[in-house]
Amino acid sequence: MRSFAPVLTVVGAIFVIWYGAAVALNSAWAYDKAKRADVSLSFTEMVADTMVQKKPLLPAPHQVAVEIYKTTVQKKITSKRSLIWHGWITLSATLLGFAMGTGLGILLAVGIVYSRAMDMSVMPWVITSQTIPILAVAPMIIVVLNAVGVSGLLPKAIISMYLSFFPVVVGMVKGLRAPDAMQMDQMRTWNTSKAETFWKLRLPSSMPYLFPSLKIAMAASLVGAIVGELPTGAVAGLGARLLAGSYYGQTIQIWSALISAAILAAILVALIGVLQNITLRRMGMLR
Amino acid sequence: MNKEVIIETKGLDLTFETNDGPVHALKDINLTIGKGEFVSFIGPSGCGKTTLLRVMADLEQPTGGTCMVNSVSPHEARMARAYGYVFQAAGLYPWRTIGGNIKLPLEIMGYSKAEQIERVSKVLELVELDGFEKKFPWQLSGGMQQRASIARALAFDADILLMDEPFGALDEIVRDHLNEQLLALWERTHKTIGFVTHSIPEAVYLSTKIVVMSPRPGRIADIIESTLPKERPLEIRDTPEFIAIAHRVREGLLEGHSNG
Repeated sequence: MRSFAPVLTVVGAIFVIWYGAAVALNSAWAYDKAKRADVSLSFTEMVADTMVQKKPLLPAPHQVAVEIYKTTVQKKITSKRSLIWHGWITLSATLLGFAMGTGLGILLAVGIVYSRAMDMSVMPWVITSQTIPILAVAPMIIVVLNAVGVSGLLPKAIISMYLSFFPVVVGMVKGLRAPDAMQMDQMRTWNTSKAETFWKLRLPSSMPYLFPSLKIAMAASLVGAIVGELPTGAVAGLGARLLAGSYYGQTIQIWSALISAAILAAILVALIGVLQNITLRRMGMLR
Repeated sequence: MNKEVIIETKGLDLTFETNDGPVHALKDINLTIGKGEFVSFIGPSGCGKTTLLRVMADLEQPTGGTCMVNSVSPHEARMARAYGYVFQAAGLYPWRTIGGNIKLPLEIMGYSKAEQIERVSKVLELVELDGFEKKFPWQLSGGMQQRASIARALAFDADILLMDEPFGALDEIVRDHLNEQLLALWERTHKTIGFVTHSIPEAVYLSTKIVVMSPRPGRIADIIESTLPKERPLEIRDTPEFIAIAHRVREGLLEGHSNG
């Protein structure tokens, strides 16, 4: 396990910086409290205080860890205070949005590759769509869909789809165009139909391009789901935990939701990585 | 020779329209290839030898004259899958095994599963790759990959084999070996072969007919009917007869160059 040492070094460095920043940022409040209580703080007392504040500016890593432990292991998953419950709400929207985005992305890519008209007309709009800030679009999608009676999972999934189809389109267009002129000529010499050229040449050629796109799409999808939870009034989901935390200044809650979202994203992207390895290995493309 | 004509071109012309103006790739090509012949096209780059082969394969459209393959147009011949085409690069799909690659045209042409299996093992044996069916292309050397690509072109029932510098990227030792094998294969299968090369010894060693071409515009400088016997060990390259033919090819190439 050669790769362990560098990974641990980086993680260690992050913790050192995190703890240092926590002391630096929370010390003002510690001194402030001490001043009002008319006691003077030694350095060690100050440092001790910065580690245990209820609403610290920056919670220390162990405070976040304890909060995550309390809200996952020690809570029933049906409880509204369970991070697992909130996480599942976000995850379901993420996965649905990811599936929709991947489907849409692949369909658009096929259209763009096979139709010159679509290549000219659709691609600029695909790019334009990503220049619009999602924070501006998300509330409109939620409100408009709510007005026609659609609420809950689907509006969030649509926001996820909006963010995740883009990398899939770009990757798949590149991938489906990966076969070179010789490979296309080869297909011509066998008098191969367009459909068979797609299934036997273009689609397999695109696989090494698809998976990196899927990883980006999955991460984008999670961001989309969280953004989609913000305008709903913080009912449920990791986004709701973030928003509720910031309403009440519960920094530990914000950070635990944040770290949970990051862990969730890491797991999802890693799963696609596993899928990528299995697929490419079975296709003989990994040595 | 009174053989059945397989490929015939009359006054064939091809001009490419490019941004730098028209390029006259082929000019007035008149050629007949009989059944079972092994015809080499040789010439410097830009002489149109590959373009000519591609016209026969319906991969390029001539701008003048006629070309007939099996007494029909190249397009109809391609629709009827009348020829196998071997490109300069083996072009095997990395996600398919050697067997899977050879099956590819058979799948596309709708051969039955049993027939596919039977044909794959037959052609693998023909190119001496038996036992490599389950290997992936990257597990094979360049020469073996090119043999697999020849096997792929042989797998379906096409009487014509068109080869575009198939051994161009291989070293000389491998090349000699493959040339020997190709002759043996031609002997066994009785295919009509069109073979593009820029190697004089290769052209002389393999061919029953050598078409010497010259560039700007691409045209035929000389057509040489080989007098070498059908049985050709590699040592034949040291015989006076072989050297005489090679000399004539070289003359043709030089002449074409000074005229151009």
